[in-house]
Amino acid sequence: MSLFLLFISAFLVNNIVLMRFLGLCPFFGVSSKIETAIGMGMSVIFVMTLSTIITWFLYRYILIPFDLIYLRTVVFILVIASLVQFLELFFKKQIPGLYSALGIFLPLITTNCAILGVAFLNIDSDFGLISSIVFAISSALGFLLALVLIAGIRERLENAPIPDALKGLPISFITAALMALAFLGFSGFMGLSL
Amino acid sequence: MKQTFLDGIIKNNMVLVLAIGLCPALAVTTSAYNGIGMGMAVIFVLVFSNLLISLLRNIIPKNLRIPIFIVIISTFVTIVDYTMQAYVPPLSRQLGVFVPLIVVNCGILGRAEGYSYKHPPHYSVMDGLGIGLGFTIILFLMGTIREILGQGVWLSIPGVFPGFQVFGEAFTNSSVILMILPPGGFLAIALLMGLFNHIRMHK
Repeated sequence: MSLFLLFISAFLVNNIVLMRFLGLCPFFGVSSKIETAIGMGMSVIFVMTLSTIITWFLYRYILIPFDLIYLRTVVFILVIASLVQFLELFFKKQIPGLYSALGIFLPLITTNCAILGVAFLNIDSDFGLISSIVFAISSALGFLLALVLIAGIRERLENAPIPDALKGLPISFITAALMALAFLGFSGFMGLSL
Repeated sequence: MKQTFLDGIIKNNMVLVLAIGLCPALAVTTSAYNGIGMGMAVIFVLVFSNLLISLLRNIIPKNLRIPIFIVIISTFVTIVDYTMQAYVPPLSRQLGVFVPLIVVNCGILGRAEGYSYKHPPHYSVMDGLGIGLGFTIILFLMGTIREILGQGVWLSIPGVFPGFQVFGEAFTNSSVILMILPPGGFLAIALLMGLFNHIRMHK
């Protein structure tokens, strides 16, 4: 698959949140304001790309040669957790501007299943390094897109009359259902299927 | 101890009350059988990680606890993943990447940190069973709603059992396919959560 098709597939057709159901906790947790949604999305782009590069090299050059594939779950989660910790310390010391913008979202990212999910999907689809990086960046962009869209809708929902039982999360789920329905329209786009 | 178990099912229900573990709850529940399979995997991981952490709670140093919890949990997740690949390969293929992703289900880490690190083993096992069963029930309900509306059958097991016909042939041939597609997952959980809130408000 060409890289451009891979980008469209991961960004729209198989959108990581709405079609693959990865990263739902931050999708509903930090989507009540557009600014926080953008901050979270940016952090995810950054961490997802870095963690994909690291896990790809680890898997190819350490886990496969030493026949340790069964350790991949343990190794990947530890790598991601330490990467996030390291980035937090690094930003705090070296780039305080970026830290104040993304800092509060970084600890939340360790338990974002999209990061680990993309690392596994890269391996299961047998991607090379360049394809893995493109897949990670476009998945993260898709996450940012979905997050900003739902944040915009939820800001407007605050003043809407909603039945008591559906206030809060349930109405957000219904919103997400309608968004997923819209994204379903992309399937078949440029010959890409779900 | 009985109270611990019941609290886990209803008061601390992972999906409906705490809104945790949403990714597997939505992604794998295209059929009731998949929902049960995922639920069983989570019960196994929860019970054994709770037991081990509770047994080791006096040895695990406080400032190193989170990485240790993660290693313990991912060990049990690896066991489940490989066991399922060996004995139920079709189910394992259907659940796909969501079995190894049990590691990042914040509910399990949350129970380790919030419950089993502070309570004796038998209570922790009960808590794991209760929380896991509460999760499984929701997954089973979601799977039931989506499978019946989306395919017209109930409890089908690929290659083993075609499932009970619920609405007859005519419905099966023109079912609401939307329900087994991703939007159906969001819709099913929204309505389930709304119903749960409604019952709670009018009790």
